[in-house]
Amino acid sequence: MTALHSIRQGRPLGGTPLDGIPLAIEGIRKAFGEREVLKSIDLHIPAGQFVAVVGRSGCGKSTLLRLLAGLDAPSGGQLLAGNGPLAAAREDTRLMFQDSRLLPWKRVIDNVGLGLSGEWRPRAREALAAVGLADRAHEWPAALSGGQKQRVALARALIHQPRLLLLDEPLGALDALTRIEMQQLIEGLWQQHGFTVLLVTHDVAEAVAIADRVILIEDGEIGLDLAVDLPRPRHRGSARLAALEAEVLDRVLALPATPPQPEPVSPLPTQLRWAL
Amino acid sequence: MSTHKLHNIGRRLAPWALPVALLALWQGAVVAGWLSTRILPAPSAVIEAGWALLSSGEIWTHLAISGQRAAIGFAIGGGIGLLLGFITGLSNWGERFLDSSVQMIRNVPHLALIPLVILWFGIDEAAKIFLVALGTLFPIYLNTYHGIRNVDPALVEMARSYGLKGFALFWQVILPGALPSILVGVRFALGFMWLTLIVAETISASSGIGYLAMNAREFLQTDVVVLAILLYAVLGKLADVAARLLERAWLRWHPAYQAKAGAQ
Repeated sequence: MTALHSIRQGRPLGGTPLDGIPLAIEGIRKAFGEREVLKSIDLHIPAGQFVAVVGRSGCGKSTLLRLLAGLDAPSGGQLLAGNGPLAAAREDTRLMFQDSRLLPWKRVIDNVGLGLSGEWRPRAREALAAVGLADRAHEWPAALSGGQKQRVALARALIHQPRLLLLDEPLGALDALTRIEMQQLIEGLWQQHGFTVLLVTHDVAEAVAIADRVILIEDGEIGLDLAVDLPRPRHRGSARLAALEAEVLDRVLALPATPPQPEPVSPLPTQLRWAL
Repeated sequence: MSTHKLHNIGRRLAPWALPVALLALWQGAVVAGWLSTRILPAPSAVIEAGWALLSSGEIWTHLAISGQRAAIGFAIGGGIGLLLGFITGLSNWGERFLDSSVQMIRNVPHLALIPLVILWFGIDEAAKIFLVALGTLFPIYLNTYHGIRNVDPALVEMARSYGLKGFALFWQVILPGALPSILVGVRFALGFMWLTLIVAETISASSGIGYLAMNAREFLQTDVVVLAILLYAVLGKLADVAARLLERAWLRWHPAYQAKAGAQ
């Protein structure tokens, strides 16, 4: 597990140890046309905290993550990283998508090195080793399973030594066992590197098992902010975890479901234009 | 053991049985006098004509000149099509400014321009190259444009969030994403390339395979005419094989193009 430690040493940062970004979300709103997806979210996340964001589908949790990643612009409010705006820390922020979004025409190792220049290959090999895929470096993504693709996507995010890691339901499409493995992998890497994590998930059990803090978003507002102060490693299926899970679930189910509304994001391919 | 081997050989030969039988029938019909050589020469006569042209070396000059016309025309037309496709695919303004004009010209059958082209260029090389270029431009343009517009926006978004932009984004994400579609355009264009060249050469030429055929027609040499047709078929097949090799090389990553042995 020292592989990523040595990656970090390759980074010219004057010896200062990297740590997480402290995040301040102040009065963030986001509207798509008439529809207000996020209504004034206020959230302070200390550096290095592992936060899980849960909520019904369409509650705006993925939108919040896209705002943090800079993929969409908020309609109001501001995002701060420490003292400066979050936009200034774009290079330190990495987003992992629900689908792995590997480039199918690049071999696994070249996907990990996407956007890097110079001597990145040894570092890419180490990042792959850290997610347990060192031997698959020269395969095409099409040859990997869903879980392996997500591991590659994780390696691709980690090689940039993010100080803020945004995870948009990255485990949603995986089978139960692979999911637990991936949770343990992410938890281990987080403990090792100390970056701040925001994990969006619809799985409450996953949220309480892995996070320091669980945020519930309801109708575009924060409905619940729950600290999970259980020692790690946590024992899956323990009574405390079950009680916390029940607490969150009760709250989620207390409100009647809002009628499903069309997804606000994901533009049609024909609506997307590239200016180069 | 040996019966098994025989069975295997039989299976290999089975697809050839019908063509060989038809050729034999054809040869027999000509020899027996049922089929006039003015309508169709015997296969043996075609082979003899081919051998004669081959040993005199004449066939090579015709092949070379036809191949040259095809290659130059394809390079010019394909290059312009690719360039226009990039412009309209990548920029909104390019699309608004160019696409409807290109689509309008595309709908004119390019072979209908032959009288005009002869007036412009005479029966010179330029006339044939112009026609081939015009025939290959549009399939490549259309598929390049379409391919770029259909690159998965999720991948572009991901690449952007990893800091790719400008040429790097184009070279690493958009172009490879559009490549399967572009290569479909290349295959279509290769078909149009030979078609256009055949027509252009039979109408006006003083060399090339089309000229060979038209010249032979004047002297009722049906064997040479059939030979010329066969040559076009072989050249078309070669172009198709070349396109396949390109797909094999450039789309190695695509599961549909991977050899059964799998990726290494």
